[in-house]
Amino acid sequence: MEVKNTVTAEDVHHVEHHADEHHHESFWTKYIFSQDHKMIAKQYLTLAIVMAFIGMFMSIIFRLQLGFPDTKFGFFETLLGKWGKGGKLDPGFYLALVTIHGTIMVFFVLTAGLSGTFSNLLIPFQVGARDMASGFLNMLSFWFFFLSSVVMVWSVFIETGPAAGGWTVYPPLSALPQAMPGSGLGMSLWLLSMAFFIVQALMGGINYIVTVLNLRTKGMAMSRLPLTIWAFLITAILGLLTFPVLLAAVLLLIFDRSFGTSFYLSDIFIGGAPLPQTGGSPILYEHLFWFLGHPEVYIVLLPALGLTSEIISTMSRKPIFGYKAMVGSLCAIAFLSCIVWGHHMFVTGMNPFLGTVFTITTLMVAIPSAVKVFNYIATLWRANIQFSPAMCFAVGLVSLFISGGLTGIILGDSALDINVHDTYFVVAHFHVVMGAVAVFGMLAGVYHWFPRMFGRMMNKTLGYVHFWFTIVSVYGVFFPMHFVGLAGIPRRYYANSAYEGFDYFLSVNHLITIFAIIGGAAQFIFLFNFIYSIFKGKKATQNPWNSTTIEWTSPVGPGIHGNWAGPTPTVYRWPYDYSKPGAEKDFIPQTVPFSETKSSNLPGEE
Amino acid sequence: MTILILIAVILGIMVLVKLMNIVQLSTQVSGYEETEDDQIKENNYAGIGLMLFMIIGLSLTVLMIVSYRPHLLPVAASEHGVGLDKLLNINWIVIGFVFFITQITLFYFAHKYRHTKGKVAYFYPMNHKLEIVWTAIPTIVLSILIVTGLQEWHKILMTEKKDAVNVQVYGYQFAWITRYSGKDNTLGKSNYKLITDENPLGLETSDPAMKDDVYTTGNEMHIPVGQEIKFQFNARDVIHSAYFPHFRAQMNLVPGMNTFFTFKPTITTEEMRKITKNDKFDYVLLCNKVCGVAHYTMKMTVVVDTPEDFKKWLRKQKKAREISSTPTVAENTTVNKEVTATL
Ligand code: HEM
Ligand SMILES: [Cu+2]
Ligand SMILES: [Cu+2]
Repeated sequence: MEVKNTVTAEDVHHVEHHADEHHHESFWTKYIFSQDHKMIAKQYLTLAIVMAFIGMFMSIIFRLQLGFPDTKFGFFETLLGKWGKGGKLDPGFYLALVTIHGTIMVFFVLTAGLSGTFSNLLIPFQVGARDMASGFLNMLSFWFFFLSSVVMVWSVFIETGPAAGGWTVYPPLSALPQAMPGSGLGMSLWLLSMAFFIVQALMGGINYIVTVLNLRTKGMAMSRLPLTIWAFLITAILGLLTFPVLLAAVLLLIFDRSFGTSFYLSDIFIGGAPLPQTGGSPILYEHLFWFLGHPEVYIVLLPALGLTSEIISTMSRKPIFGYKAMVGSLCAIAFLSCIVWGHHMFVTGMNPFLGTVFTITTLMVAIPSAVKVFNYIATLWRANIQFSPAMCFAVGLVSLFISGGLTGIILGDSALDINVHDTYFVVAHFHVVMGAVAVFGMLAGVYHWFPRMFGRMMNKTLGYVHFWFTIVSVYGVFFPMHFVGLAGIPRRYYANSAYEGFDYFLSVNHLITIFAIIGGAAQFIFLFNFIYSIFKGKKATQNPWNSTTIEWTSPVGPGIHGNWAGPTPTVYRWPYDYSKPGAEKDFIPQTVPFSETKSSNLPGEE
Repeated sequence: MTILILIAVILGIMVLVKLMNIVQLSTQVSGYEETEDDQIKENNYAGIGLMLFMIIGLSLTVLMIVSYRPHLLPVAASEHGVGLDKLLNINWIVIGFVFFITQITLFYFAHKYRHTKGKVAYFYPMNHKLEIVWTAIPTIVLSILIVTGLQEWHKILMTEKKDAVNVQVYGYQFAWITRYSGKDNTLGKSNYKLITDENPLGLETSDPAMKDDVYTTGNEMHIPVGQEIKFQFNARDVIHSAYFPHFRAQMNLVPGMNTFFTFKPTITTEEMRKITKNDKFDYVLLCNKVCGVAHYTMKMTVVVDTPEDFKKWLRKQKKAREISSTPTVAENTTVNKEVTATL
């Protein structure tokens, strides 16, 4: 077994150095331009929560339109001004809200919010490093995220409105200001914001990878990494491979928009005149976009699954079933996710033979995903579950992952996709499997590691109330939506008045909107609990969940610079020695050597 | 309305204050250490709650399937659509089976194995045999689904259909035009630089193949029942998508490219009105790729006629040869480029 000692004299120096520095830390270096991974994690989390509320608020507004198309909402006019004249949502602004909602949720909340928060918090803590490999780059990555968020939110308030061509911003629609108002300045800001976002993703990703590979504490072999770290590592690699391709797509689109090139444009007649561009192909953009776009789904999913693995094992008081298979399936999912992007393009006119290939690779992803689900269920079998809000969210996540994963079998089948492509069936599918799963992972993570972040506990009762409202409304919103899609109702429609056969589903849309409002309101319980507990929550104990991993050996409270006062802990075993027969307690921390646990050692563990 | 909002805000604030009280009550005793009994009580609430959630949830699932099914799309009105629906149903059976089994097991275990007095967990880190079995089973099932799916795909999109009639579906913000190729079954050439109000498709009057072409000027297209129709799709401005839900057909319209979809309608509009017991029933062509502000209004009524009725209708459509002659296109422009099936 490879055992690596990475604690060097330099690290020790690092601690002393930090100890000196501690005294002249100002408000600015401590809270704003912090280079400490713990603070940066909290900054990411805070900004992600703010963005999540903005995105959710937008979804409630357009859900009101979909659920109650004939009602006038007086406050629309107050709130949205010219976009809400007479209490009716403007159809162009409807599309703009959908677009910005999707962008914010996928990128700002679930990519930056999940990886940014939990990779930053847990990588140094769980591998036993004093901080990220480069604190400076880490700080920079947060500020690029901040800049990118500011630009994105700002774009909502400009005269012509924000980007409105859907979060995928397909050209020529997004390339031509003549095509819709949102393709003017709003689209330029969207592209600028995304360019900043990609920069932050790359800087963060490099840091995560280097830290996991090089800064593991003594004894922390790769085979002893908690599954959280494996998930973060693979996510970061995936992001590093695919985000640059999105940057290329974005840059070429900027060229087409501003410099008269024709990468994506050809044979277009718009606004009463033909355009000079020929020879470009919108399909090229789709390929480049989805080369990131699909792995992106896994960039938000894998960290959520990693957090869940850790929480399920800890709260079940049982080792995660099939550690190696879990790591293997993470790798397999990540690899396969890079070669399935064409399933978004079955009916774009792409060569049907390619459709065949993408169907095969896509449905293959279901195999490692199924293995993960079975392993979670096997972990629960004959367990000794100690429930907490985090554990409830983790179980809810597995349920949602099953529900959403199974409908993917239909969408991944090129023949079946013909009739459900771009309908509400797709919207239902991806909200369940990507949106809800990742949100559940994130919430579970916050409840579970809150004591590690703030040294206090979140209120459990409010946690459970929040959980029940959330899971009921998530299913209440997205389950009926599958039927809306199977009835043939297209997505990105301001109203379903085009076809009288859709009228029946108006009542279903009422129901969905009501659940969306309930679910949205319930998030304020979480917000309240979160803020209240930071200041007034019950003080946390050293290891509140009786966990084996080493983040719980660092001093309680918001933590100290360098994470451990003395040398970083030495690790002797894997992180899942829960309820080992013969052991004194139902968990053996990673820091306990085998020589001290003679009674519980298995053959070969000396 | 404003009053309603005001009431909602006030209620919201009241709820938050109430919550604050609850929280304070529970943290007042913050020196209080949680005992095992507290945890057991908590486990009971959560475990039983999850179990109830599963039972109610699955019952509602069945209820929704039963009550929504009659309102989904009627029987497929195209030849390939029937096979596609069959394939879909096979998939639903497999998916439904796995869905029920896994959800039940998941919630049941979460309930059954919650900590109660004296319970200990069973240390069970792996079992290779089990893992091989549950990797192999999904692999086999998925292989079957892949093969049956791809057979349909091959039939629908990768098989050249003989005796198909060429029809063009042309989309622009926010309407459709359908062009019929006439006796020669060849669509005349077009060029986007020739588009005018009089010549909305940009047809080249010098091309003899366009002489017998006709196209629609209204919001309705007709197709003959029992005839393979090879649709060629073209867009003028941005990407649109031609979605024929009742025929289980869809293909994007991409500027600068020709895309195709062939299907054979099997049920006339009249017959379908009888099947659905709805004498206002009409087939529809919808735009299904966001294409601008009025995307949601971009639709066309599709009428499936008997061949005789279709011929009658066709005679009333706009004739391409009535377009006053267009200037020839400069050499350097590409004319009706065949860039289909680019990767
Ligand atoms: C309060 C909860 C939410 C509700 C009620 C909601 C509802 C909706 C609805 C109705 C649409 C419009 C679909 C369409 O017309 O195409 C939409 C779009 C979208 N939502 Fe959500 N959503 C919620 C949360 C989320 C979350 C957590 C994510 C994160 C993945 C997300 C990601 C998206 C994306 C990517 C789109 C597509 C935008 C586009 O079509 O360009 N949503 N959402
Ligand atoms: Cu995908
Ligand atoms: Cu359109």
